[in-house]
Amino acid sequence: MKNWKLATAALAAALSATAAHAGPTLDKVKERGRIVCGASQGTVGFGSPDDKGYWTGLDVETCRAVAVAIFGDKDKVEFVPLSGQQRIPALQTGEIDILPRTLTWTLQRDANGINFTTPTYYEFTGFMVAKSSGVTKVEEMTGASVCVQTGSTTEVVVNDVSTKLNLQLNPVVFDNVAATRQAFFSGRCDALITDAAALASVRATQSDKPDDYVIFPATKYMDALTPAVRHGDDNWMDIVNWSIQALLNAELYGITQANIDELMTSDDPRVKRFLGIEPGNGKALGLDDKFAYNIVKQLGNYGEMFDRNLGAGSSLKIERGPNRLFSDGGLMFPMAFQ
Amino acid sequence: MTVFDVAPTVAHIEPSAPPKPPHKPLLQLFFGDLIASVLTVSTGFLLILMIPALNWAVLDAVWATDDPSTCRDGGACWAFIAAKFRFIIFGVYPPDEQWRPLLVMGLILAMILASLSPRLWGQRLIAAWIACVAAMLTLMWGGVLGMAPVPTSSWGGLPVTLLLALLSLGLGFPFAVFLALGRRSSLPIPRMLSLMTIELVRGLPLVGLLFVASILLPLLLPAGWSIDKLGRTLAALTVFAAAYLAEVIRGGLQGVPAGQIEAAKALGIPGWKAVWHIVLPQALQKVIPPLTNTAIVMVKNTSLVLIVGVFDMLSAARVAATDPVWSAPYVESYVFVALIYFLICFGISNYSRWLEIRVQSRSYR
Repeated sequence: MKNWKLATAALAAALSATAAHAGPTLDKVKERGRIVCGASQGTVGFGSPDDKGYWTGLDVETCRAVAVAIFGDKDKVEFVPLSGQQRIPALQTGEIDILPRTLTWTLQRDANGINFTTPTYYEFTGFMVAKSSGVTKVEEMTGASVCVQTGSTTEVVVNDVSTKLNLQLNPVVFDNVAATRQAFFSGRCDALITDAAALASVRATQSDKPDDYVIFPATKYMDALTPAVRHGDDNWMDIVNWSIQALLNAELYGITQANIDELMTSDDPRVKRFLGIEPGNGKALGLDDKFAYNIVKQLGNYGEMFDRNLGAGSSLKIERGPNRLFSDGGLMFPMAFQ
Repeated sequence: MTVFDVAPTVAHIEPSAPPKPPHKPLLQLFFGDLIASVLTVSTGFLLILMIPALNWAVLDAVWATDDPSTCRDGGACWAFIAAKFRFIIFGVYPPDEQWRPLLVMGLILAMILASLSPRLWGQRLIAAWIACVAAMLTLMWGGVLGMAPVPTSSWGGLPVTLLLALLSLGLGFPFAVFLALGRRSSLPIPRMLSLMTIELVRGLPLVGLLFVASILLPLLLPAGWSIDKLGRTLAALTVFAAAYLAEVIRGGLQGVPAGQIEAAKALGIPGWKAVWHIVLPQALQKVIPPLTNTAIVMVKNTSLVLIVGVFDMLSAARVAATDPVWSAPYVESYVFVALIYFLICFGISNYSRWLEIRVQSRSYR
């Protein structure tokens, strides 16, 4: 297994080295007329097709934002459904242009042929327990049995938490996600551990009575889900970065899908630069000067996107939490748009 | 067995109907001896156990509703299947272009019906199939005749399942014939090559082949080359089907008496012609049941493509079931998909039985 991994990594490194000499991704994308985006096999809220087969979700709309920046049309995207193992090779080999697929930013991945852009979602590992148990935080969980999926990072978290707080947790290990969740709801264990956002979606989708369960964080550590691009095309990385930054900045400036046309007459120089009335931003990236205007006009700002896919406007009802802007006490930090 | 076996031949000399077997009293039928009693009791017990399942599936079920929350209590939620029917059958294919995969499925059905009778088998039918497959792929892809292009990543549902099964078997079959002939060849190099190919592919699990095709293959190709994901998956399925079909066909080849080919040689018929016109038809006739078996296995194997992210019918059903508006109707989705698979496979196996009887009766004439 280790040899296989090494060989894959070596191959990937060799390939990415040659990719640097190939034409820039933007040219290829423009010639093709659409961007190709790695999608999941159906993760509600992040990327899944609706009844009509139209892809929706936070990750999916990140891709749509890049498509708007380049083509001014959010539908000039092709979504390629990828499994967890396939997603990084697919990016390395050029099968897809962007990979926003609930991908955690880690050192190993970053070093092995892909570059991370701007985090679009911060998450922490969480526990879900039945409300009737009265437990509301990790310290109260002494002796609890925990349904956990084998081979996942959460397995490590259970052990770490248990040792650190001397809780004597009993991990009940299952080999796949569905079985883990089903075991929890059928009462096999006291708690279920996984990513908190996933927990919220599990609670909304798989329990008969979502209000009977509570979710709380397991540790103070967080993961940053971040769209990635290939090594070796800096211009493409800039385009993806600033498409995401446009979403964040729009929320900071109070620009929404609804009020953007009124703001075209604004005197605020920051807003004028953002909307492309004062030119320069788009041109520097090789894009239309109105790219940020187009993104917000078609998709709204980051807050609206979050609300529509994950938050109050969706069936998942996930709280903004750490995904609020820094100005509201969150971690989302828009860079200067000038 | 009983007198019923001869009934059709004597049917025209009515009205003297064959004598009926004497009626056993019901009690004796159910509790006549120990075995019968045990079977009766255990069957009854099983039937009682099935009552909750029946309740769930029929009596408590929600058949139609506009409000998904009515599905939250108890019974099966068939309304969910009704709401998601389009998505499960057509996957992520654009709804505006839906008539295209529908037409493709119609074409497949029509061609299968047209090929049922062995009387029509021949070069013309093969040509028709090739033309039809080309037409189907054109329909799915679009980009010509004013049809909007649809990339393979947007194909989905039942058409993908059917196309993968059909193409992997169709493309695999000629390879399989060559591999089978090669394996029985007296020339060492073709024999070794065929043997190695067959044993290598049969020695690998299909999941492994799919992973190689979908993850390793693109890494091994030079930069900038990329083969379509669906194409790579199809390649893996084809290789797999070819290896298994080859072994089945080899079994048939071994069953053809050596005298047949010797007679052909004596008549001065060239080697390949003898194989094509004399040995192969007889060999294939002998292996209809195992060929059907392989076909059924391949239809079901296509569902494995979900692990490499191809949106076949099973993947589509799984995704449909994650919709948070409905309360996790996984069982209903899987039951529905299982039903479709069952209909397809049951159809194939019934057809093969019919075909076997027909082919046998002809060879005995």
